[in-house]
Amino acid sequence: MRFGILVFPGTWSDRDCHHSLGTVLKQEVEYVWHKDMDLSGFDCIILPGGFSYGDYLRCGAIARFSPVMSAVEEFAASGKLVIGICNGFQILCESGLLPGVLMQNRHLQYRCQWVHLRVENNQVPFSLKAQQGQVLAVPISHYDGNYYADDATLQELEANNQVIFRYCTPAGEITAESNPNGSLNNIAGIVNRAGNVLGMMPHPERACEELLGGVDGNLIFESIIDEVTTRRMGCVKPA
Amino acid sequence: MPISKKVLDEVALTEEEYNLIVEQLGREPNLVEIGLFGSLWSEHCGYKHSKQLLKMLPHSSPRVLVAPGEENAGAVDIGDGLCVVMKMESHNHPSAIEPYEGAATGVGGIVRDIFTMGARPIALLNSLRFGPLSEPRNRYLFGGVVGGIAGYGNCMGIPDVAGEIYFSRTYSANPLVNAMCVGIAEKRKLVSSKASGKGNLLMLVGADTGRDGLHGASGLASRTFEEERELRPTVQVGNPFLEKLLMEACLELAETDYIVGLQDLGAAGLTSASIESASKSGSGIRIDVARVPRREEGMTPYEVMLSESQERMLAIVKKGCEDKVKAIFDRWDLRSDIIGEITDDGLVIIKEGERVVAEVPIKLLTTPPLYRPKAARPAWLVELQKLDLTAIPDRQKEAARVLLELLASPNIASKEWVYRQYDHQVQVNTTVPPGSDAGVLRIKGSKKAIALTVDGNGRYCYLEPRIGSSIAIAEAARNLICSGAEPMAITDCLNFGNPEKSDVYYQLEQSIRGMTQACQTLGIPVISGNVSLYNETRGEPVYPTPVVGMVGLIEDVDKLCTMAFKQEGDTVFLLGGSGRPDISASEYLELVHGKVGGMPFIDLDLEKKVQQCCLEAIRAGIIRSAHDCSDGGLAVALAESCIAGGMGMRGKWKTNGRLDAELFGEEQSRIVVSVSPPSAKALRALAEQHRVPLKELGVTGGGRLTIKDALELDLAQMADSWKNGLQRAMV
Repeated sequence: MRFGILVFPGTWSDRDCHHSLGTVLKQEVEYVWHKDMDLSGFDCIILPGGFSYGDYLRCGAIARFSPVMSAVEEFAASGKLVIGICNGFQILCESGLLPGVLMQNRHLQYRCQWVHLRVENNQVPFSLKAQQGQVLAVPISHYDGNYYADDATLQELEANNQVIFRYCTPAGEITAESNPNGSLNNIAGIVNRAGNVLGMMPHPERACEELLGGVDGNLIFESIIDEVTTRRMGCVKPA
Repeated sequence: MPISKKVLDEVALTEEEYNLIVEQLGREPNLVEIGLFGSLWSEHCGYKHSKQLLKMLPHSSPRVLVAPGEENAGAVDIGDGLCVVMKMESHNHPSAIEPYEGAATGVGGIVRDIFTMGARPIALLNSLRFGPLSEPRNRYLFGGVVGGIAGYGNCMGIPDVAGEIYFSRTYSANPLVNAMCVGIAEKRKLVSSKASGKGNLLMLVGADTGRDGLHGASGLASRTFEEERELRPTVQVGNPFLEKLLMEACLELAETDYIVGLQDLGAAGLTSASIESASKSGSGIRIDVARVPRREEGMTPYEVMLSESQERMLAIVKKGCEDKVKAIFDRWDLRSDIIGEITDDGLVIIKEGERVVAEVPIKLLTTPPLYRPKAARPAWLVELQKLDLTAIPDRQKEAARVLLELLASPNIASKEWVYRQYDHQVQVNTTVPPGSDAGVLRIKGSKKAIALTVDGNGRYCYLEPRIGSSIAIAEAARNLICSGAEPMAITDCLNFGNPEKSDVYYQLEQSIRGMTQACQTLGIPVISGNVSLYNETRGEPVYPTPVVGMVGLIEDVDKLCTMAFKQEGDTVFLLGGSGRPDISASEYLELVHGKVGGMPFIDLDLEKKVQQCCLEAIRAGIIRSAHDCSDGGLAVALAESCIAGGMGMRGKWKTNGRLDAELFGEEQSRIVVSVSPPSAKALRALAEQHRVPLKELGVTGGGRLTIKDALELDLAQMADSWKNGLQRAMV
């Protein structure tokens, strides 16, 4: 399968995603410049982390107007997979592909640290290979990761099981202490209603090698690979 | 004379220097020309007081590719066709005036020095000094500086992997903010900063030029300052986003053959960038300031040449390639303009349209007068060193309380409060994150890794500048060794007071001597650096503070080592030590007894043997953990290895003599190591072979640190003091 990694001015996780998917997981990976409009040939588009447009105005608020974003909307509407990591999550929210917003961390400081995530729903393409309730260790690195949505939106997200990852303790309890940024309901990652667009603040591409402290991020990428290569492609293959 | 005293003051030139300029030029310089001289003859650019001393430092080894002064940063060969490029620089005065932007632009400047060479920046480090956190202003400065470093480095996507922070009254009015950047490049693709080749073009890229930062090099960095408000406009505001674009575009450009050189604009802006790069090749340059894009209207040629607006680069473009170069910058939405060209007459000629506004031989500008003032060993130093240590009470029963106090003191406590605000993982290389003896980064595509550290102890250098500076080198090397790395090269930042004073000059001279001795004994060259003088306020200089950044090579990343105890039941040893426990110059003496005195000590030959033995043991897989004994002595080192490993230790050795000296004394050349019991024999044999003292201390395990007859503490209690000490001091 082929991953496309978007590059906005100020993006920096593009190279990390390229390394983890290309070198570690041996997948086909290509960069996509923010002014390009053609996403044909890709099975999954990644909006990586960084400071697109310097995070000026509001995180993701300028990047959403990049030419590539209209192609991303069509790509998502066609049911293909889109994953926004950190700044990518912020861009997806700003562009309306995901509900809610990422505000400044409650403590008004940048945070780079390992956190624990509980898998809340393993029925979407991004978490198929995880157990329901499994605890993953993945790093965060952000100043604006404090997820907020109005009550109605929040209730809808919860009712439809759109919350995929929640910040938790190493034992999997959802507590205020395990919430690193003040996100409502300890939300770390959500999908859209159709379940093919994921946004998450933690960086799975940083958790793909034991040498760097852990490999739980692979579970997310391998879920995507599994979904695309065996399930989706399997469907179109004649029996 | 047409140039007034006021103007000379503004550019920090003396009347003698002015007379020298008139004599060498054969005429009176005009205002623009005096601006050029002021910048390039400043302490910051010209190294007037330090150049002759710096010659002492060793600069060569088989690995050195680029030595100090040749380019914007030094470079060493790490094999496989790759090299590591590194440099450290101070931004002390700007940070004292405006902590967030001062520190942020310090990071911006040092990052430019690295990518200017065609190297991708892969790590940031910093060495910071502030006054005590008990004072609100120091908390403001500390918080602002950390925020500025985070704000700039995080946006750039460069991990901040190691650093050091100390608090002492001496830095209250004049904090030290030293930033180091490390990059990696293919050896054959290193880019020069030499502006050569008649007819080649000078292309200015990045931010527009404004009036910000006028006189930064001459006024701010090259003399003492008293009135912070009047200097605030000399501090620039950083734009890390723009710098990120510049970095990516320049690295793309470095892959082409369209340019002959790249040079960043830092202190003294366009003046220093253009003239220094032309000087390196013996060329001349023509610049038309009318072609420099401006941020403001009505700027004079003088202002354009001296502006220190950030995020600007000068590309020396091969004639005929300008459109291709411009296309790369256009793709990154960067403005670029041809502002001049290279000539072969050795002159800098600055024009505004058709009008010549300055014409000076470049050689005159880049050969400032060098000074070697009188150095005198200060009388106060003798008094400090004579402190009667026998009069200091050794309160043996309070050892446990003292250990907790040391662990919680901001100088020793965990710096997690700081480094969790820095992205220390981006670029997915960080193998050992901040918090151990050194940060370790793997080199993608190989088995290799590099270890990075930054060290310096102002108090040691205050009490004996020569020995304190030797210790700075030795400790940096020891930190790398403890990670399993072989030290390769040094970048330094020398922070001192006003060198025109005999006692400060004495400190500077002795310090460089001490560094030289340690570099020679340990066989590590200095490949780049920076000197920051005039760090004083109202006549009070800061402690002499040479800061040492060091890089080491780990051939096999699977054989790296950290300070954490690894396994219950392992045997703990103390490797090295001169057997002269002593509380002189220690953190303990200052924190617990309120005294700064005595003399630090180091035996460099023993240090070398201890380091060789430890490295060999790590490479042979004998050692499971290694941790350098430094601030707070043996007890703190043991506690830190316990906390990091999440297990206690039962000490079995017999203490004798002064307990405080044994537990908290800062004797050098000591490393706490742990080994599996079957490996103990091999370690003993190795220590004997290297003729290094080895003392068995105890066994790892349990939930407490016990030292026979001396102290007993719960792991949780120690961890609480160490992990939360800094944060508690900030409230």
